[in-house]
Amino acid sequence: MREFRLKSLEVYNRTPMVDWGPDISGLDVDRIVTYIRQKNRMNTDWNDVPDDIKETFEKLGIPQAERESLAGVGAQYDSELVYHNVREEVAQSGVVYTDLESAMHDPKYAEIIKSHFMKLVPPTDHKFAALHGAVWSGGSFVYVPKNVHLDIPLQSYFRLNAKGAGQFEHTLIILEEGAYLHFIEGCSAPKYYEASLHAGCVELYVGKGAKLRYSTIENWSKNMYNLNTKRALVEEDGTIEWVSGSSHVSYLYPMSILNGRNARAEFTGITFAGEGQNLDTGAKIIHNAPDTSSYMTTKSISKSGGVSTFRSAVVVKENAHGSKSSVNCESLMLDRISRSDTIPVMDIRTKHCDIGHEAKIGRISDETIFYLMSRGLSEEQARAMIVRGFADNVSKELPLEYAVEMNNLIGLEMKGNIG
Amino acid sequence: MSELLKIEGLSAAAEDVELLHGVSLTVGEGETHVVMGHNGAGKSTLGSVIMGSPEYKVTDGKIIFGGEDITSLSADKRARLGLFISFQNPIEIPGITVAEFLRNALEQVTGKRIKLWDFKKKLYAAMELLEMDKSYADRDLNVGFSGGEKKKAEILQLLILAPKLAILDETDSGLDVDAVKTVSKGIEEYKRSTGGALIVITHNTRILEALTVDKTHILSSGRIAAEGGAELVNEVIENGFEQFAGRE
Repeated sequence: MREFRLKSLEVYNRTPMVDWGPDISGLDVDRIVTYIRQKNRMNTDWNDVPDDIKETFEKLGIPQAERESLAGVGAQYDSELVYHNVREEVAQSGVVYTDLESAMHDPKYAEIIKSHFMKLVPPTDHKFAALHGAVWSGGSFVYVPKNVHLDIPLQSYFRLNAKGAGQFEHTLIILEEGAYLHFIEGCSAPKYYEASLHAGCVELYVGKGAKLRYSTIENWSKNMYNLNTKRALVEEDGTIEWVSGSSHVSYLYPMSILNGRNARAEFTGITFAGEGQNLDTGAKIIHNAPDTSSYMTTKSISKSGGVSTFRSAVVVKENAHGSKSSVNCESLMLDRISRSDTIPVMDIRTKHCDIGHEAKIGRISDETIFYLMSRGLSEEQARAMIVRGFADNVSKELPLEYAVEMNNLIGLEMKGNIG
Repeated sequence: MSELLKIEGLSAAAEDVELLHGVSLTVGEGETHVVMGHNGAGKSTLGSVIMGSPEYKVTDGKIIFGGEDITSLSADKRARLGLFISFQNPIEIPGITVAEFLRNALEQVTGKRIKLWDFKKKLYAAMELLEMDKSYADRDLNVGFSGGEKKKAEILQLLILAPKLAILDETDSGLDVDAVKTVSKGIEEYKRSTGGALIVITHNTRILEALTVDKTHILSSGRIAAEGGAELVNEVIENGFEQFAGRE
């Protein structure tokens, strides 16, 4: 591992800084603290988690959510997991859900991790993948054996609390043939004046006929640089579903590689760009086998000068005949100073496929506001209602507690209360 | 009957073009007034200005509602005081259902929370009267509605919100005979159950058949050109507006 880290660092040092997206010149990586250790070890009993950390997570509703509707929970605070627990019956079915470091040192999993870790996202992929390879810490390892269906989701929650810090967690999920999993990832951070960095990495391996639903809700503070890399490899008849909701400064484009016949990818995303935020998001899908299909639905909201850019890339390889892809993106601007861009890329190498793209960009009209106000809603309530409606079909895809959080977030953003 | 709405010398402009020039009229509680006139005479402008549309600027005069000067109040505050307008072109709101929207609006207008069950009962009763299928409650507000369905949805809002004064801006235009009947039934029910007042902006008489008109105002080029009782409506239908244009 040390060798791997050093090699990654070397790649990082010789790779130039990205210059094609939002401005990240406010980020000085040399000043980012890459590792912060908690005094305590990882716990499986919530009561043993230190009080200040416990309080933060309790405010976020993590242990409650676990009691009510989750099969297992992991909570990472800064650089390390502070809490991890999996229901007994889940563990008995052979499902592994643990932190990546301990799994790596367990002879049972060492081999499988070695053959998958940073193979989908190699350090040479881009500068921040290299940085991740050099300094990664924390994160989760999930393994679902053949034909095991997890009816209730697993969740991991990442909280970056220290200022001027970086979070570099690595999530590695492997689904064997016919397995099913819903994995929920939640991230948040309080606001500090110093810039923080999130350069996590998510690698998902979806086996033959397996189905993985990967939901993310990110509520990072506004001076967080979110440069995350997510990638899924989907085998024959397998399905990946991405659901993503976010509000921060980011570069984020989950990629799905449809590697086996009939593999499917679905991406549903929503972004909210407020003042000073530049959200550069999208998704990338590579059709690398016949009869594969992909569906992308995204909504972006920008307000108070916020910028949202949606980039989609659909690549259909020569061998991917009979494939289908449909991309649909809608943007809503709440005022005249906000901005929204849509940059679709399609690279189609076969004639025998069915590709569709639809984009809609709109602004809330004064007449619409007047209509709602004439029914007794204040201007703020009217705007929030329009935004909630706009986000509706995406919120429905989110797990319940996140849908609620999402609605709260819209409410807060509309009031301009999020600092 | 005591005064509900009093408009005094009201002038209003949109983008520096004055569209209303010194309009005055008074509506008593529970009265039904009709406003008629050519296309472009300023009828819809008058309705929108009374409701507080930000598209228009009041350049002179006052609007008094229930004894309070509302000339500079925002539309939501006017709605909470009991004003309502049925839009000529109702707006589509994707992602927000008819039921969700109306429950929200009702809570804002009354300032009270209403239990879902009580609200649904009220909503379904009004929908039945308007011959709307229950499934409309769960459809997105006005999205994909036909012209007639949108107008019915406006009257549904009128019945639920039960204002003291409702302005109906060409609610009957573009409706077939049956739809006008249904909408009229809704308006009658509003009058019967709330005793509220009405300002009906219209081109034809069908919607007025079921109503007792107290007063008629003819607008021409942004001014009141003539006023009278119910008989004036028939005069307009028979002889057109031309005769009033010179009376300014």
